[in-house]
This record gives sequence, structure tokens and C-alpha cells, in this order.
Amino acid sequence: MQGLDFTVVAPYWDLLLIGAWWTAVLTVSAGALSFVGGILFAVTVLYAPKIVAYPVRALMWVFMGTPLLLQLFLIYFGLAQIGIDIPALAAGIVGLGLHFAVYNADIIRAGIVAVDVGQTEGARSIGFGKWQTLRHVVIPQAIRNTAPPIGGNLIALLKESSIVSVIGIAELVHSAQLAISETFRPFEFYITAAALYYILNLVLEAALRLFERHVEASR
Amino acid sequence: MSTQRPMVEVRGARKSFGAVEVLRGIDLSVDRGQIVAIIGPSGSGKSTLLRSINHLESLNSGEVWLDGVQVNQPLHGQAFERHINKVRQQMGMVFQHFNLFPHLTVLENISMGPIILKGMTKSDAHALAHSLLSKVGLADKIDAYPSRLSGGQKQRVAIARALAMQPKVMLFDEATSALDPELVDEVNAVMKQLAAEHMTMLIVTHEMRFAGEVADRVLFMDGGVIVEEGPPGDMFRAPQKERTRTFLKKYLSA
Repeated sequence: MQGLDFTVVAPYWDLLLIGAWWTAVLTVSAGALSFVGGILFAVTVLYAPKIVAYPVRALMWVFMGTPLLLQLFLIYFGLAQIGIDIPALAAGIVGLGLHFAVYNADIIRAGIVAVDVGQTEGARSIGFGKWQTLRHVVIPQAIRNTAPPIGGNLIALLKESSIVSVIGIAELVHSAQLAISETFRPFEFYITAAALYYILNLVLEAALRLFERHVEASR
Repeated sequence: MSTQRPMVEVRGARKSFGAVEVLRGIDLSVDRGQIVAIIGPSGSGKSTLLRSINHLESLNSGEVWLDGVQVNQPLHGQAFERHINKVRQQMGMVFQHFNLFPHLTVLENISMGPIILKGMTKSDAHALAHSLLSKVGLADKIDAYPSRLSGGQKQRVAIARALAMQPKVMLFDEATSALDPELVDEVNAVMKQLAAEHMTMLIVTHEMRFAGEVADRVLFMDGGVIVEEGPPGDMFRAPQKERTRTFLKKYLSA
């Protein structure tokens, strides 16, 4: 049995920080995609003609009912087989983004439905069209009201982003594994990686709190 | 005056919600600058009539005209959508529950219509919002969010928001019904000011005294029809129909 020795981490510190950087990049891009995608899915399911809404709903079911790991494999390896070659990073962002977009869509859909009908009538009576009303009045309020659960999904996304290491994206877990393969010190590197995830999450939570406080001003 | 076309005209309006017929043949003509108060018991159809005028409710049959343009034109899909959005810009609507946008400041509430729908520049729209807020006595609230305002202040902002589109007619749907009694007067004062400026107004109200003070004509509705109408003096002092007398007795004695 070896004793714990965290000095082995020091030579790999740069590697881990680069991994943490890519985790942050993944989280921000997939998070943005999951947010925008969530709004688009929600609006489509609620307002698009059935011929569009039903397939989208079916797609959402598939994303909700199957493991993220499998979805990533399908997007990266499966699509490559039929000639659609997506770089690993893009595949990771799309996979994570769509996976969480589906969960966000459910939340945002409920948020849109919960906005008082008087808001729509107020906007329509001024002369705003259906889409203008959604865009300027209903969706902004739905987002504000659902900010806490959407933020929760973003935090989950940050942690789940580690799974894209399986398709070779050099994010934090991947970096840690690389270092372990050279040093055979799993405990030290996994603990360090966990600490870095925790720090990233603290930053993210602070940003979310800032947004929520901004929203509170209008309540 | 008689050759002038009416500002608002309703012809043979019928509207049902399921099996309940709420409007059973309404004919109404409102001249430019005229102020019409619509009174009647709950469920008489007065709010539905007002909401039909700017097509928040669509009639089963009958026509609504605004200044020579048919509001409920027999168009479909996008064509109707474009038409109704244009028409609604010319009608201000004030709701019982204000329907201000809580995520926007008072300034943004008032200026977003002119900016987005009329292509007004931001600075022009803000100047307009400022002058309208001064008019309703709330210039100091320009950067506040609606949640920081009292009910009376909210309703005055809502009136300013409607006026910002420079409408040809203002529709008030029980504008003071949700307010604490001590806040009613400040809203009524703004409406009186609009009356003095000869704004065409249709006012659905439960306040007989206010109706008597401000209206040129009072309409009494019951059971989806206009039972009786006339100048407020005649209506309140010497109503002709038994149904009107019973209703007014209850209200005026209260």
C-alpha cells in the first residue's frame, strides 16, 4: 500500500488546468445550447403545427428515455459510420446540449403555460403579434420564473460533462486519467479533479445567484 | 356631426361561450370624442362586448368597425393576424388587473409598443413615456418595476402604456374594480382628464357616480342586450325600463 502523496500532482497541474478549462468550455457551450434548445423545443411543442410538434416531441422522448452515454456514442461513432463525421468536441457539445435541452424544455414549457393570460392579452391589445408577445412578454417571464430549476440543470450539466471523456475529449476527468496512466496514482488525481469540479461549480452557482438577484429586482 | 362616420360601430353582435349566449344582438354607435359608460349586472355581457371591440373575443356573428375599418374582417391566418395587429394599435385597452409586464420597468412598459410596433427611436419613445407619465402624475416612477407600485399607480401606468400608441379610442374594462376604494379617485381623475381632451372612450364600470360625471351616454346591459340607453341625467333620474330601475335602485342606494 502506498501512502498519499499530493506532490505527484504538481508536474501535471497544467494538464489538469487545461482539462478544467475544457470542462468550462463544454459547460458554457452545451449550457447555452441546452438553454436556447430548451426554449425552441418548448415553443415548438406548445405552438407549432402538429406535423412539426409531434416529431419534436418524439425526439424529446428519445433523448429523455435513453442514456446520455448511448446518445454520445450514437452522435460520435454512429453518425461517422453513415458518413457524418463530427469532431469529438462538437459531438460532445451537441450531445450534452440536446440531452439537457430536453429537460429544460419541460421546465420552460411549464413556465410558459404558467404565465398569466392577462400578460398575453395586455400585449395583444397594444398590437403585438403572437410571436412578438411570446418573445418580449411571455418567454422572458417564463425564464425568470424557472431560473432556479434551469440553473440546477446547468450545474448537473457541468458534472455530467465528464462523460464526454469516453469519446476522447480532453476535459478534466480525461486529463486526470491521462495523469494516472503515467503515475499510477488514481486517488490523488481523482481527488484533485473533484476539487476542481467543486470550484467550477462554486463559480457557476455564484453566477446563477447573481442572475437570480437581478431577476428578484423586478418582483 | 350626423354625417360624420362613427368612431366605433357594432352591428348585430352575437357571442356564445358554449351553450351560453353572452351577447344577443348588440348594435352600438359611438361618435368621435364621445364617452359611453356601459353598466349592468355581472354576466350581462358588458365586458364581453368591450373585449369583442378589439377582438380579444371573436364574435359568432355581427360586425365591429373602428373609424371606417372593419375590425373583425373575414380574413384568415397570417392576413388576419397582420390586420388585427394594425387595428389594435389604434385602440387602447385598460384591464381590471392592469396586465403590466412585471419583468419590465415602467419606462419599458410604456415605450416598448412605440419602439417595436411603430419603429419610434428609443429617445423619442422615452421622451413620450416621460410626458405621459407626467400627465398621469408618475414621472418619479419611471424606473420602477410594477411590483413597487400601488394598484392605482399600476393602473395609471397601464393607461399611459395604452396612450403611448396614440389610440383613436380607449376601452376601459372595469379599470377601478380591483382597486382599494381610496385609490379609485386617482385613476378616475386621469380618465376625466382624457374626457376633457375629447378622447373617445368606452367605459365598462360599476361606479354609477363616476359614469354620471364623465359619460355623454350611459348604456344599461342585461342578459346580453342593451336594455336602455340615454344621457346620464335621464338614465339615473328617470329610467324608462323596469329592469333598469331595479338595477339602479340596488346600486344607488348602496
